[in-house]
Amino acid sequence: MTKSYEEIPLTPISNTPSTVNLTGLWRVVKPVVDKSMCKKCTICWKYCPDAAIKLIDGEPVIDLLYCKGCGICSFECPAKCIVMVKEG
Amino acid sequence: MGKVTIPEEEFTFPGSTGCPGCGANLVMRYLLKGLGERTILSIPACCWAVMPGYWPSNCLKVPLLYTAFEATGAAISGLRAALDVKGIEGVTVVGFAGDGGTVDIGLQSMSGAAERRTDAIYVMYDNEAYMNTGIQRSGSTPWGAWTTTTPVGSTHGFKHESKKDIMAIMQAHRIPYAATVSVAHPEDFVKKVRKAKEIKGFRFIHALSPCPPGWRMSPMHGVEVARLAVETHMFPLYEIENGKVVITRKGKGLPITEYTKFQGRFSHLTNEEIASIQRTIDWSWQNLLAKEASGT
Amino acid sequence: MREVMTGNYASAYGAKLARAEVIAAYPITPQTSIVEKLAEFVSTGELRAKFIPVESEHSAMAACIAAETAGARTYTATSSHGLTLMHEVLIWASGARLPIVMTNVSRAMAPPWNVWVDHMDSIAQRDTGWLQFFCQSNQEVLDTIIMAYKICESARVMLPAMIIEDAFILSHTSEPVDVPDQKLVDSFLPPYSPELKLEVGKAMGFGSLVKPDQYMEFRYKAMEAMTSAHDRVLVVEREFKDVFGREHGGLLERYRCEDAEVVLVAAGSVAGTAKDVVDALRAKGQMVGLARIRAFRPFPEQEFKALASKVAGMAVLDRSYTFGAAGAMFTEVKASVYSNQKRPVLKNYIAGLGGRDITPKIIEKIFEDISVISRRGIEDEVEWVEVAGLPRRWK
Repeated sequence: MTKSYEEIPLTPISNTPSTVNLTGLWRVVKPVVDKSMCKKCTICWKYCPDAAIKLIDGEPVIDLLYCKGCGICSFECPAKCIVMVKEG
Repeated sequence: MGKVTIPEEEFTFPGSTGCPGCGANLVMRYLLKGLGERTILSIPACCWAVMPGYWPSNCLKVPLLYTAFEATGAAISGLRAALDVKGIEGVTVVGFAGDGGTVDIGLQSMSGAAERRTDAIYVMYDNEAYMNTGIQRSGSTPWGAWTTTTPVGSTHGFKHESKKDIMAIMQAHRIPYAATVSVAHPEDFVKKVRKAKEIKGFRFIHALSPCPPGWRMSPMHGVEVARLAVETHMFPLYEIENGKVVITRKGKGLPITEYTKFQGRFSHLTNEEIASIQRTIDWSWQNLLAKEASGT
Repeated sequence: MREVMTGNYASAYGAKLARAEVIAAYPITPQTSIVEKLAEFVSTGELRAKFIPVESEHSAMAACIAAETAGARTYTATSSHGLTLMHEVLIWASGARLPIVMTNVSRAMAPPWNVWVDHMDSIAQRDTGWLQFFCQSNQEVLDTIIMAYKICESARVMLPAMIIEDAFILSHTSEPVDVPDQKLVDSFLPPYSPELKLEVGKAMGFGSLVKPDQYMEFRYKAMEAMTSAHDRVLVVEREFKDVFGREHGGLLERYRCEDAEVVLVAAGSVAGTAKDVVDALRAKGQMVGLARIRAFRPFPEQEFKALASKVAGMAVLDRSYTFGAAGAMFTEVKASVYSNQKRPVLKNYIAGLGGRDITPKIIEKIFEDISVISRRGIEDEVEWVEVAGLPRRWK
């Protein structure tokens, strides 16, 4: 992402969405959702620090490109249907 | 099937470089959900100065001014003055600073901005130490906590000074609205932010921001620890509106060991020391209840 | 309108005519009457601006930085300890490429406490990336503030500028000043409208984090801007002359230097005294001249090179000292003539610190000394003027 001399502005102005940072590469554990047990309560979506969980038809979809594997969704899930498993 | 209890629209992108389980990430996420698009943020040197990522990456969907460490109060004053003189209305100016940049090095400029009744919201995300520079103690570090500058060592060291009561300091500035919020109570968080948004003048939001590396805890407890902070009265949820204290969540009054047991930064404390913390917390809580009852 | 006014009031009128929109300032002797006058202008509605009575000078500059990033034209003023307190954010303002204009009433630094004129505070900011103009008269103060906005807001510059008034000698002494008509100033100086600014609805971050592989390019661009500021100063001054009928000598004002054998190099109000001495000595047949440093940043290197090739001796008067090296102006003059084929004798005179008067007699003796050593050769390169215990008599 290194910019050329001409592209460098007067002062560093950040206007590229941070989705360029694939923070999913940081993970050592990843969340695995048991959809059969999911009650679609949306609590995991609510507590994800990285907004890496999207709600699609009320169902949580975890974006593994960005999920850092913090485990908050797993801990907070009332149905205990998210399990953290070792990456790789 | 559950309904979402907080606004669904996101004002942050994933890909912020905050640690896994970072409470500050949640603070920003809930804050912007409450404030919406017509917001301008000013962020000093702190974890959040780094979290949008290296230039040109930006995890925020609202305009942002990075400033020097101690200058948040001055920056929001300047921003508001510029918007006013240009006749631009309906914009929330927000200063978003850590505890260091608020209660220590930033105290002077924040006090000035509050005294001048600057029309802005000042949000202090409190991870209870200078986390961005590597977990050094701040005025907001609680009594008993380990930090790198209050190490335990062989002399059983820890922070021997109490946490600065920034809400009391703000109350003394006679600002129209101050509130504590927690990342474990997002509905309360968003409600308070929305309330603050509608009030003119200087508003202050104190958000407890659990920090897994700094508090020596597992990232997955990031929200639970904030919940327990409220339930044990370590961090009560209340508002100070026009000088009057209103407690917004009573909390169960669990013993503080429920809170400290998750955090390695308290693991060196003896039973007597824990008991002394419990006494202080109980006393503070009774104090707060008394303030509420007396209408002050 | 022609009025008798102090340098501080001239600053206030300059900021008013330039239509500063946000003014954030903190009082310090001897700057206070600038801020008071501006508060008065705002309170009567004469100046449509927001006045922020900040709680420190650091906050004054930080507030100006924020307001300028949001697209407002800002102004502030300070002196000595206030200026040095701002040091961190002075560098921020220039790094952020914000055309903030500030008056610094140059005053000595403590300890010992001393409120009188001395250039140490201003000189200590020479590395901050600000343009620096030393003024000789109250008229120049007013005019330079207006010119500075035009110079700094141009796309090729976009750097902040400080206009330096000597404490008490300019700030509190009244002189006749021509205050131009607002309409005329408006025709010369358009409103501030930067290409990039903080705007609601535009997700942009200003002042972000840059890795080593990209940082230098930002500094390089700032260097280019400071370099182009040199010509921009001259262009804007020509335009100013066309509209208002006066000018102040560019970056280096040369007074009777064309056929001078020796020249005195000085900055600030002392140059006015020196011009009188030059006239008196010229009347006696001595070939002397005065080169007044008007812009210390960008440093008028080319002008000095040209001047140095024609004179036998240059006496550089520093009203400051750099603790461990010679006076700053002397050092920079010397460096600028290093590569000349023909180099004059250069000597540094440290005088007037803490407001000590630099009298015509002293200036005469400096000319005498530089004339002698430009023929005989130099012994000591740096001499402190009129300091108790030193052998030379200056009175």
